[in-house]
Amino acid sequence: MKPRTMFEKIWEAHLVRPADADTPAILYVDLHLVHEVTSPQAFTWLRERGLKLRRPERTVATMDHSTPTTPRGRDGKIPILDNAAAMQIAALEKNCADFGVELHALGTEGQGIVHVIGPELGVTQPGEVIVCGDSHTSTHGAFGALAFGIGTSEVSHVLATQTLLQQPPKTLAVTIEGTLRPGVTAKDLVLAVIARLGIGGGTGHVIEYRGSAIRALSMEERMTVCNMSIEAGARAGMIAPDETTFAYLKDRPRAPQGAAWDKAVAAWRLLPSDPGATFDREEKFDAAKLEPMITYGTNPGMGIPIGGDIPASSGPSDAKALAYMGLTDDKRLLGHKVDVVFIGSCTNSRLSDLRAAASIFKGRKVAPGVRTLVVPGSQAIKKAAEAEGLDRVFLDAGAEWREAGCSMCIAMNGDQLKPGQYAVSTSNRNFEGRQGAGGRTFLASPLTAAAAAVTGRVTDARELT
Amino acid sequence: MEPFKTLTSKTVVLPVENVDTDQIIPARFLKATSKAGLGSKLFADWRFDGEGKPKGDFVLNRPEAAGAAILVAGDNFGCGSSREHAPWALVDYGIRAVVSTSIADIFRNNSLKNGLVPVVVDKAAYAKLLAAPGASLTISVEDRTLTLPDGSRASFPIDPFARYCLLNGVDELEFLLSHETAIAAFEARRG
Repeated sequence: MKPRTMFEKIWEAHLVRPADADTPAILYVDLHLVHEVTSPQAFTWLRERGLKLRRPERTVATMDHSTPTTPRGRDGKIPILDNAAAMQIAALEKNCADFGVELHALGTEGQGIVHVIGPELGVTQPGEVIVCGDSHTSTHGAFGALAFGIGTSEVSHVLATQTLLQQPPKTLAVTIEGTLRPGVTAKDLVLAVIARLGIGGGTGHVIEYRGSAIRALSMEERMTVCNMSIEAGARAGMIAPDETTFAYLKDRPRAPQGAAWDKAVAAWRLLPSDPGATFDREEKFDAAKLEPMITYGTNPGMGIPIGGDIPASSGPSDAKALAYMGLTDDKRLLGHKVDVVFIGSCTNSRLSDLRAAASIFKGRKVAPGVRTLVVPGSQAIKKAAEAEGLDRVFLDAGAEWREAGCSMCIAMNGDQLKPGQYAVSTSNRNFEGRQGAGGRTFLASPLTAAAAAVTGRVTDARELT
Repeated sequence: MEPFKTLTSKTVVLPVENVDTDQIIPARFLKATSKAGLGSKLFADWRFDGEGKPKGDFVLNRPEAAGAAILVAGDNFGCGSSREHAPWALVDYGIRAVVSTSIADIFRNNSLKNGLVPVVVDKAAYAKLLAAPGASLTISVEDRTLTLPDGSRASFPIDPFARYCLLNGVDELEFLLSHETAIAAFEARRG
C-alpha cells in the first residue's frame, strides 16, 4: 500500500463520497464546535427550511467572542452591558435549547474560548474531523485531528447534514529539528514559521508540523503552534499523536474510558504519517537557531527576532503597514514604548502560558501607565490558576485578572485598545484595528508580553535579572 | 441563490496586498444576528474617520467608484478570519466579483456561497487592471474569462462544481441534503 500522510489517512476515513471530476468530496464531520458570533444566521436558515440538527450529540457550543471578561459582580454574575452582544448571547442560548445542543454558557464552569474547552473536555481527539465557524479551529490539529475553520453557510451545512463539500487541499511538511534554547517558546517557533512562509504562503495547504522540536513540545505548546497555521494562510495544521497526546487526553471527561480507551489509543497509534509518505512541499527549520520573535507590522508574517532590525519597506503595502504602526523612523522594536499588554486568546491563554507570565511578574510591578490584562482561556483554567496562586501574582504586580473569553484579541466585547496605543499581545493577529480601531499590536510570547508589562518597553525577557 | 452567468461593470481598484477580513468588516460589527445591512460597515475603518465622516481619499468614497460591482485588489485578498460577514458586506454594498492575484481559502469558499465571484488572474493581467481603474470589464462564469481593459481576454480558474452552482443558482445545502442516503450509509458503516 502506498505510504500515506496523516492528513490523507484522516481525509480518506471521512469520505462519504470522494471528489470526482464534477463535484468536491463530501466529508463527514465528527465534532462541530459552535459559538455565538458565526452561528445565529445558520440556525435561522435551519428554521426557515424546517430542518433539524442531524447529530446534536456531535455539536458543542460555548460563548467567547462577544462576552465581557469584566470581573463578576457581588451576585456572582458577569454583567453584559452591550445590548447587541446580549442579544447575540441570548440567541445562542435559544438556538441551543431549541435544537438540543450542549451549551457552556457565560457564567458556567465549562465556559471558555471554544478552542480551549474542546481539548479540556476531551471532545477533541486524534483522527477526528473537527470544524467550527472560526479560523483558529486549526488549534485542534495539535491532537492529530483535521481541524479547520468554516463560514456560516458551512456551519448550516454541518448542522443539517454533519458533512461538508470540500476540495482536497495540498500538504506541507514543516519540519523543525533540534532543541529550542531557553527563553524561546512555541509562540516564537510558530511566529518564525509564519515569518518565513509569509501570510499567504500556506494558502491551499494543510501543514503537518514534524521533527524533534515538535515532538518535545507539550500539548499546550502544540496547540499554540497549530493555532496560528491560518496566519500563514493554511486552513489546518496538525501534529501526529504520541504519548504526550495520550497522557493529556487520558481521563478527560469526554475521552474514551476503560476498554474503549485502549481500543482508541491503538487506533490513534496508526495515524502518524507513514515512513516514505510524500508531501506536496516541505520547509525545514533548525530549532536551535530560533530567537524570541515579535511582529512589527500589520500581519502576522511581519515578524522579526526581538533584537533584530525592522526590515526596510519593500513596497507600498509594506510602507502602509509601517506608517500605520508609526514605525517609519524606527530601526528596531527593542525599547519601543508600550501602553497595553494583553495575555490571553486561543493562542496563549492556557495554564502553562499563565505560569510563564507569572514567572516574570513574581516580585515585580507593572510599569506605571501600562494597562495589563491577563485573561484565562476558560473557567477551568481560571480555577486552576487561582488554586496555585497565579491570580495573586498578577494582581500584586498590578495586572488585571479577568473572566474567560476572547477579550482583546478580537475587541468586540469591551476589551480594546484606544486609537494610537501600542500593545504587546500574546494573541494571533496584528491586523489594523484588530485590537480596537487605531490600535497597534506587537505579537509575542507570554514571556515577552510580561517583560513588556514590567518595563513599559519592548524587552527581551531573557535580559530581565 | 440567483444564477450568476456574466457580469459587466466598471472596476474599483484597491491596490493593497493582504487585505484581511478585519479591514473588510471590523469585528465590532459582527454582533448582528442577521446578515442584512452590513454593506454600510464595509471597510468601515478605511472608509470613515473617527467621527463617522467619509474619508475622501479612500477609493470607494470617490465619485467615480459609485456603482462599481468589480473590486480589483492586491495579492492574498480576504486573509484572516472565517467570518462570512466579509462577503455579506461586499455583496450588500454591491460588489459581485473580487479580482486579485490570489484569494484566501476561507474567504473564497464563503464568497462562492453568496454569489460573489472570486477571480484569480496572473500578474500581467492584474497590472493591466491596476493601470486602468474604472475600466469596464465583463466576467463570464460560463466561459471562465474576463475581458481586460485592452480588449484581450484572460481566463480564470473556477472548479466545475462552483461554476455549476453559480450558473444554476444551486445552493450547496440542497445538494448535501440530496445525499442523505450516502450520509446515513457512512454513519452505519462507522458504527
